[in-house]
Amino acid sequence: MDRRGFLRGLGVLGCSVAAHPLLTTVTLAGADGGRLLGDQRLVVLILRGAMDGLDVVQPQGDADYASLRPTMFNPSAHDLDGFFKLHPAMGDLMPLWQAGELGFVHATSSPYRDKRSHFEGQDMLEAGTGMDVPLTQVNDGWLNRLLQSQSGLTSETAYSVGQVAMPLLEGVAEVRNWSPETTLLLSPQARLLFERVYHDDPLFQAAALEAMELADAGDIGMMAQAPLLVKGVKLDDVEQLVDYAAGKLRQDARIAAFSLSGWDTHRQQADGLPRSLTRLQHAILRLKTGLGADVWGKTVVLAMTEFGRTARENGTAGTDHGTGGMMVMAGGALRGGKVYGDWPGLSEAALYDRRDLMPTSDVRAWAAHAMRGMYGIERGVLEASVFPGLRMGADPGILL
Amino acid sequence: MASRATLAATRFGYGLPLPATAPDGPAEMLERLGGPDAAAAQWPIAGHAPFLAILAEMRAARMAVKDRKDPAFVAGQEVLKQQALQLAQNAEVQTIVRAAISPDSLRERLVAFWADHFSVVAARKIEAILPFAMIEDAVRPNLSLPFGEMLVAVSLHPAMLIYLDQSSSIGPKSRLGSKQGKGLNENLAREVIELHSLGVGAAYSQADVTELARLLTGVTVGPKGEMIFDDRKAEPGPKTVLGKTYAAGGLDDVRAALRDLALHDGTAQHLAHKLVVHFVSDTPDADLVASVAAAYAASGGDLMVTYTALLDHPAAWVEATAKARQPFDFLVASVRALGVSDQAMQALPYKQFRTYFLAAMATLGQPFKRPLGPNGFPEEAEEWITPQGLARRITWAMQVPQRLVDPLPDPVAMAESCLADRASAGLLWAAARAEDRTQGVGLVLASAEFNRR
Repeated sequence: MDRRGFLRGLGVLGCSVAAHPLLTTVTLAGADGGRLLGDQRLVVLILRGAMDGLDVVQPQGDADYASLRPTMFNPSAHDLDGFFKLHPAMGDLMPLWQAGELGFVHATSSPYRDKRSHFEGQDMLEAGTGMDVPLTQVNDGWLNRLLQSQSGLTSETAYSVGQVAMPLLEGVAEVRNWSPETTLLLSPQARLLFERVYHDDPLFQAAALEAMELADAGDIGMMAQAPLLVKGVKLDDVEQLVDYAAGKLRQDARIAAFSLSGWDTHRQQADGLPRSLTRLQHAILRLKTGLGADVWGKTVVLAMTEFGRTARENGTAGTDHGTGGMMVMAGGALRGGKVYGDWPGLSEAALYDRRDLMPTSDVRAWAAHAMRGMYGIERGVLEASVFPGLRMGADPGILL
Repeated sequence: MASRATLAATRFGYGLPLPATAPDGPAEMLERLGGPDAAAAQWPIAGHAPFLAILAEMRAARMAVKDRKDPAFVAGQEVLKQQALQLAQNAEVQTIVRAAISPDSLRERLVAFWADHFSVVAARKIEAILPFAMIEDAVRPNLSLPFGEMLVAVSLHPAMLIYLDQSSSIGPKSRLGSKQGKGLNENLAREVIELHSLGVGAAYSQADVTELARLLTGVTVGPKGEMIFDDRKAEPGPKTVLGKTYAAGGLDDVRAALRDLALHDGTAQHLAHKLVVHFVSDTPDADLVASVAAAYAASGGDLMVTYTALLDHPAAWVEATAKARQPFDFLVASVRALGVSDQAMQALPYKQFRTYFLAAMATLGQPFKRPLGPNGFPEEAEEWITPQGLARRITWAMQVPQRLVDPLPDPVAMAESCLADRASAGLLWAAARAEDRTQGVGLVLASAEFNRR
């Protein structure tokens, strides 16, 4: 894969959110009547831009933390377990934590190392491969390979929403691609003529065929220019995305994936990070409401990012690209109320490159155990085809 | 069968029909590139200076007034703000006009290529002119010079310094840094290496990024919005980037390091690959890339030599048009195909221009001058020709042309003029059977041939 993953943030979902720089597409995979994948729901969020896990779940019990993060250390953060504290902007999630529906994996990362490029990092995260496989040789994402491992999927069983699919779900397993607000008003004659016009170009032919099949009545219209800068925290785009996903998950869809951008906090992190956290928190709470108690009880949300950020604040009250990151987990099927993962410590010698949080686990392993527990996918399939080269290790018990 | 002339106009220009005084063939296209930038003179766009002048006036008025609620003061500030917005609105229109109308199409295509390579986004509405100003000040004047000159000019332009946070980076051991406890921000340094020069595939390390960030300290944006070198922020001591040590410090060392980056082998490979992918194919011919890279390396990164190597190579003239026109290219080529004049474009009320072009680009997935990240927009045809993307092209092609030209052209004649020998029999057949001109024009502009290049 290439850098598409990052750029897909430009995906358009409806007029009001067109070109919103923080909005990305939602991708859904379902199964016929839900039978093929059973009853469990998996929601994968890709947090593009590298979330600073050390600021979100602050290891205030680590003696080195305060000196590394002089301006970000926040004693009023919400206590999680006496060692870690949760960023105040995520405070509305504390009831979920107390109910065991919110958890975290700290010091985890994809196998990506050293170049610290967003674009490569996201591609590897979505490809689900390791450093041994050149990214240019990977043509599909790990969620798509999960679908490929399930026989009996039809063209209707998997589809994505938004202007383009996410690489995570890209591959030979058929995934449909549509934004509910896009329509195509064509007379029967026009349809006929377009079919002829696109006949000899497979890319155009396939796209047009799908567009015509899926188009609803309505009007695509022309959109007002999106503002250059959104003041305050904009949530209606998140709501639209989550509501659509929740609606599908209540029915036949079993897997949904979308991404949230805005995590690249090089400067004035205290201003930027809360905005993104508010959106993430809102997405989780809205999803819970939208799914209803029954479906939420069968749901696991995994929010992962391409890498973490530097252990030390940089010179501009922000953080630069790092290595070990943090995964946010939620859902009624989760064994939450716990910060998972081995804590490597923050002394200079314990850091990766004397700079970044040391990853102590492979983020793919947590996802693999979730899929194994939820869908009964065999360990061999997960380690060989969904995440080639992964050693899952012992079951960490993140599911109820 | 597409002739070489059709391919030249399609692959290295904004399509057919060629403007009246367009160069004839690749040799003349390159020659024109070596001449003066006539489009910039004919359809002017503001650089950074006029914007700074407006900011200065706003500042002076603020200093002079006691009561900031004074209605005359408030009204005066609003007038100046509108002037700043006007600069950007003019730039939006002129950019499309230049691309669609200028006979020097290769120049406009290259400008667009480099503008994307050096993507910047305005953070505030009043600064919307900045991405355009950077192109006027730093890209166009250096378009055919050694790449190092463009890299220096862009890397030191306030638009880039603000976008990639260099304006707030401070050497931790500099006078200001040690006093205020502030320090580095490595965002610009990383992207200069990863995106602008060597490319992520080249051999470099985190240490090179950090050292370049240290070297760049001092380069910042001054109180008047201009680029300055602030000694108080400059990290003392030598810095070693990619094995070369820069000991003197100051702007000269920054320029020298950027020029050295431009001459790196990785940069030759990276830029050659990007040029070939952009102009010829998403799956580029290895020999073509190697030839372009070799020309770049042998000439010290001379861009004229590099472009010449690209246009001289047989693999640049394969008949298959495998690229998809990106939304900007699609709209520009449509304006050209429809024969809309520059006066007509400029006379379009801005609200309509915004709807037909700017909002359209956003819905087509390419919001104008607002890529999501510093790596610009994707190249692959599959990124653009999605069910939604194509549905929206079809909708634009059926709805907007009739608002731009009256009467609409005859669809078959238009297909022949804008595609020439690339128009397929199927397209001509369909264009002749359209229910009306609106539909016929829509068929042509949304066709696979028209959306490929």
